[in-house]
Amino acid sequence: MQFTFTDEQDMFRDTVRELFADLCPPEAVRASWDNDDGRVPGLWSALGDMGVLSVLAPESAGGLGMDEVDLVRILEEAGYAGVPDPLMEHAAIAVPALAEAGSPHLAAALTGETTCTVALRGGAAVGAAGADLVLVEQGDALLAATAWRMTPRTSIDQSRRLATILELDEREELVGADAALAFDRAALGTAAQCVGVARRLLDATVEYVGERHQFGKPVGSYQAVKHHLANVRLAVEFAAPLVYRAAWSVAHPESHDAVTRGRDVSMAKAMAADAVDLACRQALQCHGAIGYTFEYDLQLWLKRGWALAAAHGDSRSHRDRVADALGI
Amino acid sequence: MDLELAPRYVEFREECRSWLDANNPGAIASMDTAAGFEEHRRWERVLFDGGWSVPGWPAAYGGRDCDLIEWLIYEEEYWLSGVPGRVSANGVSLLAPTIFNFGTPEQQDFFLPRMASGEHIWAQGWSEPEAGSDLAGIKTKAIRDGDHYVLNGQKTWCSRGAFADWIFCLVRTDPDAERHAGLTYLLVPADAPGMERRPIGRLDGEPGFAEIFFDDCRVSTDHVLGEEGQGWAVAMAAAGSERGLNLRSPGRFMAAAERLTDLVRDLQAQGRAVDVRLRDEVTDAWIRAQAYRWQTYMIAAKLMDGAEIGSEASLMKVFWSEMDLELHATALRLLGEHGEITDGNDWLDGYVFALSGPIYAGTNEIQRNIIAERVLGLPRR
Repeated sequence: MQFTFTDEQDMFRDTVRELFADLCPPEAVRASWDNDDGRVPGLWSALGDMGVLSVLAPESAGGLGMDEVDLVRILEEAGYAGVPDPLMEHAAIAVPALAEAGSPHLAAALTGETTCTVALRGGAAVGAAGADLVLVEQGDALLAATAWRMTPRTSIDQSRRLATILELDEREELVGADAALAFDRAALGTAAQCVGVARRLLDATVEYVGERHQFGKPVGSYQAVKHHLANVRLAVEFAAPLVYRAAWSVAHPESHDAVTRGRDVSMAKAMAADAVDLACRQALQCHGAIGYTFEYDLQLWLKRGWALAAAHGDSRSHRDRVADALGI
Repeated sequence: MDLELAPRYVEFREECRSWLDANNPGAIASMDTAAGFEEHRRWERVLFDGGWSVPGWPAAYGGRDCDLIEWLIYEEEYWLSGVPGRVSANGVSLLAPTIFNFGTPEQQDFFLPRMASGEHIWAQGWSEPEAGSDLAGIKTKAIRDGDHYVLNGQKTWCSRGAFADWIFCLVRTDPDAERHAGLTYLLVPADAPGMERRPIGRLDGEPGFAEIFFDDCRVSTDHVLGEEGQGWAVAMAAAGSERGLNLRSPGRFMAAAERLTDLVRDLQAQGRAVDVRLRDEVTDAWIRAQAYRWQTYMIAAKLMDGAEIGSEASLMKVFWSEMDLELHATALRLLGEHGEITDGNDWLDGYVFALSGPIYAGTNEIQRNIIAERVLGLPRR
């Protein structure tokens, strides 16, 4: 029992954090809204070069051969930076599914030559317009399509280029991949992003209330504001360990059956979704009117938080799944 | 990261479980009654004789040198087994870490084994009528007179204070010093001449705590813990223990959450419908107990790596106290109109106890200020 990360895991996370800080500042996120493909130029290939896209593929298939424990901390950073590219869909869901199926599409996905996204449980696909491959759930099976028809859907978060997948024209079944596992990976990856978004909202708000003065002193010195933000810190502090714990469960199928894995993932998503919901509320409240504007960057994380809290199951639906696992 | 238990830990868990099962005395009277206090003292002795009263301590003082992981496993098994609670908790959890850190060899040899065996049950004497959350407002004076201090003043809200054998106190040894200066950590025997205690009935009427009056009460200078005048620093070491890991291990809440799911299943078996909102609240309580567990394992890993926890302990205290209260409130909502009936209603006892959690050991309002100022770095004023 050692619930801690190695120095190597910390270094990998820190390197990716720096990459996001360099290539994906808020201006780059905003610029992506007007791009044809909704992407941050140069980011995807850099992630491919660094191995971030191939974390969940085995070394024998050209991947890094790492696991979900490594990946959730990267996804936390993606949430923190507000990355608009479909990193979670590609690296956390599609890559391991393609690897498990031995798909010929894997190699190009690992380098970043292609981009994959997913449409699970009838939900919309993120970044489908700019994707080369979409994974779609059909019963217990996962299908991989290279050509499809879709209807674009507009998200309040302009970074999320959504589309409803209508019909798959060129497709194959990913034999060996598991749709239930894909959903758990999606919920886990989303939970990790929720934690990152919540941390960003908290950091931004702590900074703002330390600088903003009213009645001759920083608004952050008022107890009501302090308690709002202490509550956000509490929510994040106790959600994060459940995300890491769930990552361990997903990464260790030999000791975690599907029910246990699903329970652990759902605990993580329930707590992380509630944490980011609270972070959104309090960040906006503590910023006041400036936080309510389109110009101010807080909206990047507010909208991402709203979307991710509900994506791949909201907190109630995940608690419902935990309740089922508990037999109540 | 490795979240599997090594074989030696699995064996340790089995050892804990089988000993507790074999020695469980069953239900005994409340520790906050005179008779129940002594029954709980006897249970402490049974634990001590079995080597399970203070497993995290060195063997020389009655422990078994458990590491933190073993201690957490022991706590999980302890609370799951349903054996009586620990009347010794104030001493073992709050005072003992301070004695290990600051006590002289003589103090350690005298106090620790007696605490481990239940011969000495301790109460905390910190709060005063005018010094609650604002603890530095302590006024009880202890004026040196040769090899004794002469105490005058009043302590209050001393948990277990009605029946305890010893009280660990913060007193003002320098009457000219203010606030955090001039305080001394003093160990006071309950039979010291000039000391009088009056039980205070808590919400349910039981004497769960006491007020203590010192009227020229004489206490040996041998009983100073740490140095005279350094009481604040010495006390804060224990405050970290109280708010953080030591007082409330996850096992207690994990066991309560399991019992809550048992309650739902019992009600369902009786044909009572449990509505979806209550089912959601029960599940939330169970998840929070797990969150507290895994957060604790993360902190344990840091502590075993040589790090210390400071203000983060406030995060733990707020979380467990509010989780515990919500958990018990949910149980009472499940019981509906039966919830108010006291006969055999452990949930009601638990609720009354849980209500004190957000108040003691520094109110949660103070803890949130600490989180905001020392963890987040918000301006004090």
